[in-house]
Amino acid sequence: MDVAIIGVGIHPFGRTEEASGRDQGIYAVRQALKHAGLEWKDIQFAFGGSTDAGAADTMVNSLGLTGLQFINVANGCATGGSALFAAYTAIASGAWDVGLAVGFDKHPRGAFAVDPADWGLGSWYGEVGLALTTQWFGMKIQKYMNDYGISEDSLIKVAERAYRNGSLAPYSWRKRPMSYEEIANSVMINHPLRQYMFCSPAEGGAAIILCNGNVARKYTSKPIYLRAAAVRTRKYGSFEVFSPWLALDQAPSPTVEASRAAYETAGIGPEEIQVAQIQDTESGSEIMHMAENGFCKHGEQEALIRNGDTEINGRLPINTDGGCIANGEPIGASGLRQVYDICVQLRGEAGKRQVQKKLKVGYTHVYGAPGLSAVTILTT
Amino acid sequence: MSGKKQIPIEEGLFTWPSDDPRLIGARCRSCSRVTFPVQQSCPYCTLEDMERIELSKRGKLWTWTIQGFYPKSPPYAGPETKETFVPYGVGYIELAPGVKVESRLTENNPEKLKIGMDVELVIQKFKEDEKGNEVMIYAFKPVVG
Repeated sequence: MDVAIIGVGIHPFGRTEEASGRDQGIYAVRQALKHAGLEWKDIQFAFGGSTDAGAADTMVNSLGLTGLQFINVANGCATGGSALFAAYTAIASGAWDVGLAVGFDKHPRGAFAVDPADWGLGSWYGEVGLALTTQWFGMKIQKYMNDYGISEDSLIKVAERAYRNGSLAPYSWRKRPMSYEEIANSVMINHPLRQYMFCSPAEGGAAIILCNGNVARKYTSKPIYLRAAAVRTRKYGSFEVFSPWLALDQAPSPTVEASRAAYETAGIGPEEIQVAQIQDTESGSEIMHMAENGFCKHGEQEALIRNGDTEINGRLPINTDGGCIANGEPIGASGLRQVYDICVQLRGEAGKRQVQKKLKVGYTHVYGAPGLSAVTILTT
Repeated sequence: MSGKKQIPIEEGLFTWPSDDPRLIGARCRSCSRVTFPVQQSCPYCTLEDMERIELSKRGKLWTWTIQGFYPKSPPYAGPETKETFVPYGVGYIELAPGVKVESRLTENNPEKLKIGMDVELVIQKFKEDEKGNEVMIYAFKPVVG
């Protein structure tokens, strides 16, 4: 069963004082409905998630009490990716023909608050000062840079490109490109990562409408087909966040597993991907994820970034809307923002940030605590 | 004698009181994989046959970072305030018989931390509780020489 995306919607990311997180989600849903030429009553099922802005299924109070199947999804920062995967399987299984994946969030300022109990850990872990996501990002890239010869220059360039791309995306938060020097001189958060290399918790909403591929052309002349969607969690030996201990054995990350599964399902290889969205919680993540998603060998990122391969006009444009770094991180929405950006690129509707080649194949990857990745492969 | 005691921040993380304290982990009797802290079942082979073990005192620093900003409190329960906060080192240390443990480090200067360096367990005072007892935590310090 083919699964197609026939409508996408997004609420501007960043900070919108006057709108609740739920309102931003509803805004995105209404935009996606309009995009698909559908009404709320046409939606047969929905999967949705939000970490801080309330239960997603309460959106029906505003959208309409039609009795549809609506299930809430929670998988950390990968929530949007998991919601999309669930929607994909709902159609691929033949259970439903038309449905929605939606995500939204509205986080308070400052670093994400972590309660160790939420992650199955003792309270001592937080009391002692280990329950911080930025610490883990610092430690993971520290090791990676040591092992594979990645320099601080790459970390800075990835962030620089993110802000430059963000200035071209209508819905992004960070609209001002930042200079190399500004990023290089920003305050050290968790060595080796500096402030402007990190995304910030933010607000936003995104919605994707999917349908049975057989009827896609009823709704749009430009359906985007979900050729694969895969979700994987961490295996013994992988280096994930909130881990008081790690195994001596080293195993590939859930990103590697989800990525391989998606390539296999789609029958498409990484060399065929023309435009990608890769989790960039901070610059180091994007760099490591380039290899984990199969786009290069460990260590090759240094040369690829220096040569401009990941720019909008490069060999493999990554995060053409500026990614998490330029859009911020509203946990429930980010995974779907990624899909939104790729769909818009594949449909040739990306305006100022449009990749200037005939696009056929795109890719999204999102990662969330406590070690989960969701990948999609999308084609025209 | 003040009657002040030294209390571990959590029972069962390390042997205490002790002249030669060790971290306490669990090892699977079936496959020998180790966890820290103790847990009742094996995350590798899934069986429920774990034995309590003590980890080695010394190990190699596998990776590190510096906590550069005052952590959100709660859950952070250190004695500092945002104004008095001083960055602290954090890392993973490879210990025998076969696990990497996450820990605060006594060193917070990035120039002095290097992947692969030898480090050693210390039990140190974290803060005082309301009764004036010393709350103790584990940390690792660079081995000099």
